[in-house]
Amino acid sequence: MTRAIWTLFKKDLLLEVRQQYSFYGILLYAVSTLFVLYLSMDTPEPRVWNGLFWIIQLFICTNAVAKGFMQESRGRWLYYYTLAHPITIVLAKLLFNVLLMAAMSVISLVLFRLFLGAPYQQAMGFLGIVLLGGISLSLVFTFLAAIAAKAQQNAAILAILGFPLILPQLILLQQIADTQFRVDSGMDWVTVALLMALDVLVVVLATILFPFIWKE
Amino acid sequence: MPAVPRYMYRSWWKITGIVLLTYTFTAGLLGPVPKLPLLQETIRNLYFHVCMWFGMMILFTVSVVQAILYLNRMDRKHDLASRHFAGVGMLFGLLGYATGAIWAAYTWADPNVSFADSFSTIARDPKLIGAAISLLVYFAYLVLRDSIPDIDRRARISAVYNIFAYVILFPAIWILPRVLESLHPGQDGNPALDVKNDISSDMRLVFYPAVIGWTLLGVWIATLRIRMESIKEKQLAS
Repeated sequence: MTRAIWTLFKKDLLLEVRQQYSFYGILLYAVSTLFVLYLSMDTPEPRVWNGLFWIIQLFICTNAVAKGFMQESRGRWLYYYTLAHPITIVLAKLLFNVLLMAAMSVISLVLFRLFLGAPYQQAMGFLGIVLLGGISLSLVFTFLAAIAAKAQQNAAILAILGFPLILPQLILLQQIADTQFRVDSGMDWVTVALLMALDVLVVVLATILFPFIWKE
Repeated sequence: MPAVPRYMYRSWWKITGIVLLTYTFTAGLLGPVPKLPLLQETIRNLYFHVCMWFGMMILFTVSVVQAILYLNRMDRKHDLASRHFAGVGMLFGLLGYATGAIWAAYTWADPNVSFADSFSTIARDPKLIGAAISLLVYFAYLVLRDSIPDIDRRARISAVYNIFAYVILFPAIWILPRVLESLHPGQDGNPALDVKNDISSDMRLVFYPAVIGWTLLGVWIATLRIRMESIKEKQLAS
């Protein structure tokens, strides 16, 4: 099973390396959104910075994760059906999107640092939160992308399904990110643990529920 | 074609619901309540406003249980039930907002400015955020349902979304009020379930029957809609 997940993961990675337009597309999306922000305002206050950062993360995630399932054609689904167990497929997709989103999170953090300043006090702590946030967002959106792809809808439905659902996690992320903006306060480990527990919950749910949606 | 479960034809629980709601309205509007500063007589809204949220939670839970049953048995009647219990749950949620807005207008809102001006401050309350999120999620559920033309695929995918959303959402909604600041009662625990501190004993005598009464009314509305839908399908099939 680990082998199957690894093979499927490598397939996604290989596709990404060969058709680089998607990765660079998201990168371009992030850079241009940030540049628009940069031109439309001065260096924002920490609270505004925090809000903007997480909203942009949300949009990047929607774009980055959406194509994971939607690029698979109906014929290819039938082909997978003969080859692999649904759980391996969904775990491979989750793994791939987590790595993709982690990379995008780091890139957008660097871009934010360059264009809009650095209101956070502990850079490493904030980087950790950003990675955790990227992972949380990508897990939820990966599964919703599977639902959206099976509903044979475009990426718009992904935003409709995902935005309300991700809000609680986004609020928690902003809360712990906020602690890193103050000099004296340490990391809010309870909330971090809560977010990690939610992530585990999403993975478990995805493995339970995905077999039901992938059958035609 | 989905068959209608037998309990939907029984009248005993509908009569119980009517009796309990009659009691709620008479005892709720006439019975003794503690005189609290600021709240005064608006405290009677507890029998209506809080019951709407309890009813919504219960109906959404029924909806998700029906979704699980659908995925287990692939019987269309569970899909129909899941859809309509969610619909009535949303109706209860909207009514909860309406009753809450009236209550907030008398207690939270700044009397010196218009209600529209204090709205953005009030809406930031974590309980309101949680309620808004859950309503949005269920609106998305309806959008997702309507976007899929094929009946079986619609049933399966919306059941999956229903379960996923419920399991992710409700822990998060119970966590949020403990993380964010709130004016809302029931901040540190389970609101209205903490029988010692939250509600006086007189009010509990009305409140719990009221919750059951409103929930039964919600179930009644949902079953009527389920029965209407199955008649429609029957006509289409013949």
